[in-house]
Amino acid sequence: MKANGTAYKYGDNVDTDVIIPARYLAIQDVKELSTHAMEDIDTEFVKKIKPGDLVVGGKNFGCGSSREHAPIVLKASGVSCVIAKTFARIFYRNAINIGLAIIECPEAADAIEDGDTVEVDFDSGMIKDVTKDQTFKGQPFPEFMQKIIESEGLINYINKKQ
Amino acid sequence: MSKGMTMTQKILADHAHLPFVEAGQLIEADLDLVLGNDITTPVAIREMDKMQTGGVFDKDKIALVMDHFVPNKDIKSAQNCKCVREFSIKHEISHYYDVGKMGIEHALLPEQGLTVAGDVIIGADSHTCTYGALGAFSTGVGSTDMAAGMATGKAWFKVPGAIRFNLTGIPGKWVSGKDVILHIIGMIGVDGALYKSMEFTGDGIRYLSMDDRFTIANMAIEAGGKNGIFPVDDLTREYLKEHSKREYKEYEADADAVYEEEYTIDLSALRPTVAFPHLPENTKTVDEIKEKIKVDQAVIGSCTNGRMDDLRIAAMLLNGKKVADHVRLIIIPATQEIYLQAMKEGLLKTFIEAGAIVSTPTCGPCLGGYMGVMAEGERCISTTNRNFVGRMGHVDSEVYLASPAVAAASAIAGYITQPKE
Repeated sequence: MKANGTAYKYGDNVDTDVIIPARYLAIQDVKELSTHAMEDIDTEFVKKIKPGDLVVGGKNFGCGSSREHAPIVLKASGVSCVIAKTFARIFYRNAINIGLAIIECPEAADAIEDGDTVEVDFDSGMIKDVTKDQTFKGQPFPEFMQKIIESEGLINYINKKQ
Repeated sequence: MSKGMTMTQKILADHAHLPFVEAGQLIEADLDLVLGNDITTPVAIREMDKMQTGGVFDKDKIALVMDHFVPNKDIKSAQNCKCVREFSIKHEISHYYDVGKMGIEHALLPEQGLTVAGDVIIGADSHTCTYGALGAFSTGVGSTDMAAGMATGKAWFKVPGAIRFNLTGIPGKWVSGKDVILHIIGMIGVDGALYKSMEFTGDGIRYLSMDDRFTIANMAIEAGGKNGIFPVDDLTREYLKEHSKREYKEYEADADAVYEEEYTIDLSALRPTVAFPHLPENTKTVDEIKEKIKVDQAVIGSCTNGRMDDLRIAAMLLNGKKVADHVRLIIIPATQEIYLQAMKEGLLKTFIEAGAIVSTPTCGPCLGGYMGVMAEGERCISTTNRNFVGRMGHVDSEVYLASPAVAAASAIAGYITQPKE
């Protein structure tokens, strides 16, 4: 599995309230919900994001609320992968559980600039900034989590086990 | 020779049927309770529908609380509650709480005796960590984890490493649990306890009421923590006896338990504290604030600070006083029982006479849902737990987090201040 696209970069502590503000949480339709993705941090986000593009964050990406709507709207907007220095733990679980690829890599999160073209190889954990011609090694997932991701989420994983 | 375990690790080991666990280990643990609310449960139900099992693991170990947008604020939130209501009827969920019975989930469940010491609890709400006040392991998860938990009665965890907070001394009159946790978050940062358990210990704990401890454990997530946990003492036992018929189990950390970091906090040295926008770590003590920060709104309530202690201290300060002109004071008792008790004690009369409004239990304003959404450029002093950009409404509004005492004093003054001696 690979990701390839334009990277959009944000700072530290990107919280779930800016990823999807609570005023939209009553919306159950994922497509409608995702039109508000990142609205309070970047009003242009939904206009510029194309399928395959990546989001890069600093430390503690996805902090705050446990709302699964946050990784869901990023995935539904076309985001193929989130690269960050660290992730908040509930967001981390949720992303794995719904099958949104995420990688912890402080070096890549520092080096990649907004608008760079970035490639990620999930099998090897290698991140390549094509624009800068630099490569980075991301933190690989433990085997257990890889199985959940390979099953495309926790529910499929549990269904397969039974 | 195995190393010592923290309180959290011991609870997790027992629930995973293992003699020993250590930080970083992946385990599957039995769940004593799975919780969801009106925002997260519909998503979990959607996920459950994809599962081959169909049923729930135990209808008595699931709590569904309609608290975020009830009484429903619009048609969509009504549809969500309807979805959960129908699910509860279909699966005969024992602990379904709707309008008239509901309260804010993290105040309601301990009050109803559903959470006890030694439990492992997951909830599709980040403030599920509140029950650590009772000596339980509890943590927030997303809707898919909740769905898997409801179906299987199990969840996977990475055993957390620990940070120990040794609390000493006696807190001053106006220093509450909120000031303790804001001080800690200010000290270690919003990711200071990332993936870790926050283990509170020390002689100072005996001077913290159960309501103080709920507030402290509640905001462990605001430091990135997986959970926050208190040892069980006489006060806990008294609380459990009063509220629950369930058997509970007390765990104590081993003397040689491994802590990655340790802090000692002298409670007597703490001062009323405020977190400035837009992160809970941006703390200052009130006496460090030099400028006059005017407020448009004050909120006293939420899963963090909507309990009896909170309402009593607010009433003590508001008694015979008036809320400043152009300030809207919104007070929200967290459960029906708290509401009723506040009525019996005459607190509601005090609030209304001071010019505050008193709302039915709801999470409403905390997350900018309804019942106190702010306009552009407005400012709120709030006893809630997050002050992120746009949290309480317009993206250019501001939330300052504080204790009920500071919020009440500020509502009277019209600017951020603390009670006078």
